[in-house]
Amino acid sequence: MTNDVKAKERAAEEQAERTEMNAEAQAAADKASAYEHGWSSDIEQEFAEKGLNEDTVRFISAKKEEPEWMLEWRLKAFRIWQDMESPDWAKLDIPMIDYQDAYYYAEPKKKPELDSLDDVDPEILRVYEKLGIPIAEQEVLAGVKGARKVAVDAVFDSVSVATTFREELEAAGVIFRSISEAIKEYPNLVRKYLGKVVPVKDNYFAALNCAVFSDGTFVYIPEGVRCPMELSTYFRINAENTGQFERTLIVAEKSSYVSYLEGCTAPMRDENQLHAAVVELIAMEDAEIKYSTVQNWYPGDENGKGGIYNFVTKRGLCAGARSKISWTQVETGSAITWKYPSCVLNGENSVGEFYSVALTNNYQQADTGTKMIHNGKGSRSTIISKGISAGKSDNTYRGLVRVGPNAENVRNFTQCDSLLLGDTCGAHTVPYIEVKNPTAQIEHEATTSKISDDQMFYAQQRGLDEEEAVSLIVNGFAKEVLKELPMEFAVEAQKLLAISLEGSVG
Amino acid sequence: MLKIENLHATVGDTEILTGLSLEINAGEVHAIMGPNGAGKSTLAYVLGGRDGYEVTQGSATFNGQDILDMDPHERAALGLFLGFQYPVEIPGVSNLQFLRESLNSQRKSRGEEPLSGGAFIKLAKEKAALLKMDMEMLKRAVNVGFSGGEKKRNEMVQMGILDPQLAILDETDSGLDIDALRTVGSGINAIMRDEKKAVLLITHYQRLLEEVKPDFVHVLARGRIVKTGGPELAVQLEEQGYEAIAA
Repeated sequence: MTNDVKAKERAAEEQAERTEMNAEAQAAADKASAYEHGWSSDIEQEFAEKGLNEDTVRFISAKKEEPEWMLEWRLKAFRIWQDMESPDWAKLDIPMIDYQDAYYYAEPKKKPELDSLDDVDPEILRVYEKLGIPIAEQEVLAGVKGARKVAVDAVFDSVSVATTFREELEAAGVIFRSISEAIKEYPNLVRKYLGKVVPVKDNYFAALNCAVFSDGTFVYIPEGVRCPMELSTYFRINAENTGQFERTLIVAEKSSYVSYLEGCTAPMRDENQLHAAVVELIAMEDAEIKYSTVQNWYPGDENGKGGIYNFVTKRGLCAGARSKISWTQVETGSAITWKYPSCVLNGENSVGEFYSVALTNNYQQADTGTKMIHNGKGSRSTIISKGISAGKSDNTYRGLVRVGPNAENVRNFTQCDSLLLGDTCGAHTVPYIEVKNPTAQIEHEATTSKISDDQMFYAQQRGLDEEEAVSLIVNGFAKEVLKELPMEFAVEAQKLLAISLEGSVG
Repeated sequence: MLKIENLHATVGDTEILTGLSLEINAGEVHAIMGPNGAGKSTLAYVLGGRDGYEVTQGSATFNGQDILDMDPHERAALGLFLGFQYPVEIPGVSNLQFLRESLNSQRKSRGEEPLSGGAFIKLAKEKAALLKMDMEMLKRAVNVGFSGGEKKRNEMVQMGILDPQLAILDETDSGLDIDALRTVGSGINAIMRDEKKAVLLITHYQRLLEEVKPDFVHVLARGRIVKTGGPELAVQLEEQGYEAIAA
């Protein structure tokens, strides 16, 4: 029996339940649209039925008024996904996910409407305060009624500033759009590159994303242009809630440069348990893309209940000679993280970099790392991975360095450091090295250490309390990675590491 | 300032301090000398509040406040500084960052305003110059790649910046060459010779005591102070050895 038939059968069985669920969805929709008004949103609220089948895919595509080729692409992906199986090679304990028990379009937002910050969980407010997030921004993050517009004004110092940014980008020829807009406005560009770095059948979660991606970002930097600003810094709030199947495509033409920031240090509430994003980067000759992520999805409570599953496929293609792609990530959130931002180094003398801090606490699990695929002559890569484990968590670095037979004079340097807090957590380093050309120079260094009693007492004797001492030592451990982040992001990331480790000492 | 009475302390199952009493007043410099294993470093750690050093009897007060129940950082904020025999490395954290955070944490505990970046750098430059330490060293990670002597000098720069009331210096002289010893000695004098401050020097050798002249010298043996005298006692110890004096 094929999955398709199975799905249909299951669908029939659940028919009765569905009617009920539709009512539930409708009720939620009504509620959602009730507070949509305050937000001057023009988004229609409509819901695909719960569950996933070809009709769901058609529905999504139709709602987004996509061209035919896009629908075909999604359907092909859906069929491929149906024949695939969820990967199980990672050192992760992933519970069975029922893909039929979810909404794939305009899922009803379960955020309750709050009148003011007084109604917000004091614990969340405390974290916002520690992160130093302005009040207006806190309101948006917490979902206070009518906060969005106010905050956008406050943060951007009026909408006109946001418009100014957009104008500045347009003057430079930079295209910065939601992927849905780009599919309509720049179909040829999107079609040319979408799925070229991460093919539809790359992996189970990528295929799922291709079929049902909700929205995301498209960036195009024309030849010779240095993007005049860090993209998304000023769009943090607008970028919230892009959905569980995010799709990002960044193309940097010859001799261009762009720095892109993704994510948010503030804890975001989200009822979508599964997040399966796909990010594709393409750098042409002499182009450089710097992609920075701070990920702080809900990790579940201290007993491991709840929490987001973050199964992301991120890959960059250094297509041209001397092109460079640099991934920097700070991962503190999610219950389960499965993520390997990678570089395919096809261009001669192209450069790939991966800087990562992954912190796990309580019952979090992370299996993350990178792949550096060296096909170009003289291509170089650097991997710096810092894993911090606390509580009962498990933290794995998994990395592949592959050198193709024609890639002469490749160099790679890998450094994997693990820091353990306490004796109930785990740190694992799993390097794969495949070299088919004898001229390659590959270096791999790995260390595992604990925060020593000596360090703790030394720092405390100088005046730091226990938490401050841990934070200082951990930030020192992660410094090589944090310094790769844009300044303001780095400061927030430091605080985030400290907050994520609260209560893990002593 | 510091008043220790009948202090007993254990590490694991072993009693190391066995009824130590000592009183240090403002304006005084005390030296504690004694053979290996007498309990000198244990005394420093117990006063600093290190985990694993358990006080089973006796008391220790600092300006009248019982410090034995306090956390290490609270004692630091009161003005108690420990110069470590083996200063610890903290990779990735610059000395400046470490000291600024430490100082501002102490100031916060005392209800004072944090020191601004500019004011802090000025202070750090001044104290580094006092100890003939290059500012570049202060930009490097705490004690990482420092020689033994540099680490000790760094301890004194830290002391200068944190400006404690009482400094307990655990074998600060070990690992120093003659020139460095002189620099460190004059640093201690410049920073700590003050009628409102006091110093407790823990040392094996009389050499440092020529630079920093003590008012009192104590002999520590078998976990308690067995003899107290003036500077001449240090000379006598060096000539005759601990055996003769402490027996």
